[in-house]
Amino acid sequence: MTSVVATNQTILVVGGGIAGMTAALEAAETGKNVVLVEKNPYLGGRTAQLYRYFPKMCHPTCGLEINLRRLKANPRIQVYTLAEVTGIEGRKGDYTVNVRLTPRYVNDNCTACGECGKAVEAEVSDAFNYNLGKVKVAYLPHAMAYPQRYVLDPSIVGTPDAERAKAACKYGAVDLDQKEETVSLRAGAIVWATGWQPYDAEKITPYRYGEFPNVITNVEFERLADPHGPTGGKILRPSDGREAKNIAFIQCAGSRDENHLRHCSRFCCMGSLKQTHYVQEAYGDEGKSTIYYIDIRAIDRFEDFYAKVKANPNVSFVKSKVARISQDKDGNPVCWGVDTEGYKRYATTHDLVVLAVGMEPSVKGVDIPAEVMADSSGFIMADPQNAGIFGAGCATNALDVNRAVQSATAAALRAIQVVNKVARAEG
Amino acid sequence: MSDMNQQMAARYKNNFLKEVEAQVEMGEWVKMCMQCGVCAGSCPTNFHPGWEHPPQEIFMMIRAGKREEVLTSPSMWMCTSCYNCYVRCPRKLPITHIMHGLAEYAYQLGVAPKFQPTQHLSKTFWDNCTKTGRVNEVKLTQTLYFRDGLMAGIKQGLAMKDVALGLVKAKRLNLMEALGFGHKCKDIKGIHAMLAKARELEAKRKGRQPA
Repeated sequence: MTSVVATNQTILVVGGGIAGMTAALEAAETGKNVVLVEKNPYLGGRTAQLYRYFPKMCHPTCGLEINLRRLKANPRIQVYTLAEVTGIEGRKGDYTVNVRLTPRYVNDNCTACGECGKAVEAEVSDAFNYNLGKVKVAYLPHAMAYPQRYVLDPSIVGTPDAERAKAACKYGAVDLDQKEETVSLRAGAIVWATGWQPYDAEKITPYRYGEFPNVITNVEFERLADPHGPTGGKILRPSDGREAKNIAFIQCAGSRDENHLRHCSRFCCMGSLKQTHYVQEAYGDEGKSTIYYIDIRAIDRFEDFYAKVKANPNVSFVKSKVARISQDKDGNPVCWGVDTEGYKRYATTHDLVVLAVGMEPSVKGVDIPAEVMADSSGFIMADPQNAGIFGAGCATNALDVNRAVQSATAAALRAIQVVNKVARAEG
Repeated sequence: MSDMNQQMAARYKNNFLKEVEAQVEMGEWVKMCMQCGVCAGSCPTNFHPGWEHPPQEIFMMIRAGKREEVLTSPSMWMCTSCYNCYVRCPRKLPITHIMHGLAEYAYQLGVAPKFQPTQHLSKTFWDNCTKTGRVNEVKLTQTLYFRDGLMAGIKQGLAMKDVALGLVKAKRLNLMEALGFGHKCKDIKGIHAMLAKARELEAKRKGRQPA
């Protein structure tokens, strides 16, 4: 059995993305004890899946590395991966939380040598790369994964691959007897930082995502551009593997739409502007980007970034939300619509269409096992009724990484105030 | 200019948006348009020359106060009521209904384009069905077919002969309607009273002279 050391002065952080890690670190660095639970087998969340950040075009792995170093150096944080909260009872200053731990089938002995991955044969969809590729059933989620330990896919149990993985491991790290278990722990305050998910593009039916292979989403495009991604960083079309040099970006794909997400997702304008850099970087003057937009929301200091992209002759802007996408006989997507500047109809052929899908809060429609107020989009709201449970990051609003970190720091401070009060009361 | 047209132009001065909001069915939605263009791009009359101004442009013209251009435009008469724009509008504007509302208002003011086929059909249909409370199919098709002259009417009628015979066989069309027989509403007076009341209420709500 796993035992968790926690008291009513412990802060529980749910979700180990950039917001959850930040909240956990900020609280722990003030001397609080923190339990961090993460559903995936690794920390970093969606930030780890980005190729580059805007506006500085630096690599997220850099900031992630700093945070991981802070984490490894801090004995006050206990991290549980493959862990999900299933129940919360009690009240502010005295919660009892049930956490379900799913087996990794690999224990602490793992050195990430990779022998088990070489030994097994079966493959599963690569969730880290948004299922754009396959991984072996014994895999390291990504190069910088923390904990730096392999994972066995649950489908492996009872197959010859399980025995192969076990036999290949020189360190006795493969443990096929691990079972799912539920642990109970105490906490004084809870930070809910479960992040977001990309809006399901198949629901935007006129764009035919899922039907036309060359219509992809912005998060998938990040993986295509990343050297660690399924194409080794080459921007290739999913249909025929040809280089995609003429790329359309469709803004507000799902966002600002009463039929889909009613809020502005805020990051997608900057996301697409950033992604035009990937096209420029990959193909130089041969790479053409077209951004179809309602209006570009590059707020405050991002205006400079927008101005620079606008000055690039290889990037064009069409003020219009594409009404529908068709496909020509060569598999090229064709965007149809009416340009608001002049009200002219267009039907433009591209190599690849990238839908700038919006942020759906991961808490939407999910039964958080506690009383938490949500706004009309499903984001957690600041509310006195939430008492000792505080939202952080994209569980509370559509935020970019920078603002998610600010939000997490604020949530950590509120959680600290709660456990401080508990500590004073108990003398 | 008709009396009503002069009256309305004077009442709302140069604020055409206000006029549309108060006088046009669903007109209060016009200000919600964010000019994304999904309505225009979703219209099945794609590249049809009749759509001089797509809905998105009409909404912008209303806001820009282009009263005469909007009201005399044939564009809203081209709407086929497919509701594609209505279901796809990200702001949930009832675009189809606004188009119909604008067309109807332009007609009331007497500034709608003359000899517009959709308008002719609407007027014929309305007069036909409000007379007895039921549509007289024979008279309706006669009026429409013979609109462009005797020969054109006969030609059109012959072209549709098989459809008509099918309808007669299926008892969906009674040829006696040509002589004034056929289905009618039981309480024709009641229907007329109801329509008169509706007109009275509309006039009151929109601050117009009762017809």
